[in-house]
Amino acid sequence: MKLLTLNFLTCARKTCKSTAAAFPLHPKEAELEQVEMDMNPLFITNMLPRLEWEAMKTLTTELGLPNLPAEPPSAEELADESGEPTQTLKDLHTLLMETSIASGKLVCGNCEHEYAVKEGIANFLLPSHMV
Amino acid sequence: MGNVAEDEQYEESHVHAVYEQIASHFSSTRYKPWPIIERFLKGLPDGSIGLDIGCGNGKYLAVNPAIFIVGSDRSTNLAQIASQHHPHSVVVADILDLPHQHHSFDFAISIAVIHHLSTPIRRREAIASILATLRPDEGKALIYVWALEQESSRRGWSEGGEQDVMVPWVMKGSKKSTSKSPKNSGTGAVSVAVEDKTFHRYYHLYRRGELDDDIAAVGGKVLEAGYEKDNWWAIATPELSAS
Repeated sequence: MKLLTLNFLTCARKTCKSTAAAFPLHPKEAELEQVEMDMNPLFITNMLPRLEWEAMKTLTTELGLPNLPAEPPSAEELADESGEPTQTLKDLHTLLMETSIASGKLVCGNCEHEYAVKEGIANFLLPSHMV
Repeated sequence: MGNVAEDEQYEESHVHAVYEQIASHFSSTRYKPWPIIERFLKGLPDGSIGLDIGCGNGKYLAVNPAIFIVGSDRSTNLAQIASQHHPHSVVVADILDLPHQHHSFDFAISIAVIHHLSTPIRRREAIASILATLRPDEGKALIYVWALEQESSRRGWSEGGEQDVMVPWVMKGSKKSTSKSPKNSGTGAVSVAVEDKTFHRYYHLYRRGELDDDIAAVGGKVLEAGYEKDNWWAIATPELSAS
């Protein structure tokens, strides 16, 4: 599961969803893998303003990845004068699209429920007593 | 059907378990996107972010690579098949307990999903669950359900008929005739043919107007609606006052 996805996921429990503590989910015992993908500069440029940057920073720290800058890069930092993608954009592509959680858990910061990730797929089905 | 646990158990046996078993065969028969859904997805602005709730094998994830979709399905096997459609992502989740923030997404699609929920309350809850993910008054959801009125189809359902039905899925066995190589002729080749296997899935067939009523009942507004090829469809948006 690519890291971009984590920005659009929270705890599946109704009682958690509206609490700030449930987002972002916290990776635990995560095995990372790099899944090579063609870079689409426009796609990255479009996603950037939609990201919860604080959540991305938390995520990279918890995964032991290089720290992100305090503020999200501006649009100007993504392409050079000739319109070519900058290293910043390439790094974002690597982080958001290619870096993936192959297996591990995602933990809710509110209820502490752990969702398993197996073969790159996170499973959010709740046991019936938790629904 | 009495309580929630029983309803869930019913759907587990008569919907989820079936899809899990027929996933790969089902997927091989589902590759052509329906035109209205394709148009909806292609008409979204580049960079739109949305959900495909009950994404099955992910055939709609392949339609527009300029948007980002988080697909979800109840079946792990189908989610696994769907996960190959980059740049999108897929998770395993239940429509009534979606792992997404409220009021956040530009769009959602839910194609041929709601009709698998086995009570009127659960079907409305499912629609409310979809609408809750959308940005208020901006986000829009495209919902498709099977129609009761299918006079032209071979299934023979029509107005006034039973709406809660079991629909067979026939998984074809290997019909290959036993190979008889000349060398072995006369030894009596052993038959290895696998028999057809039939699974039954629960469906609620929607009658005219029912989908629109369900959307309105949970505070949604129908922007556009219609009938296409044995299905009722609607594009809906959450009203500002909706939760």
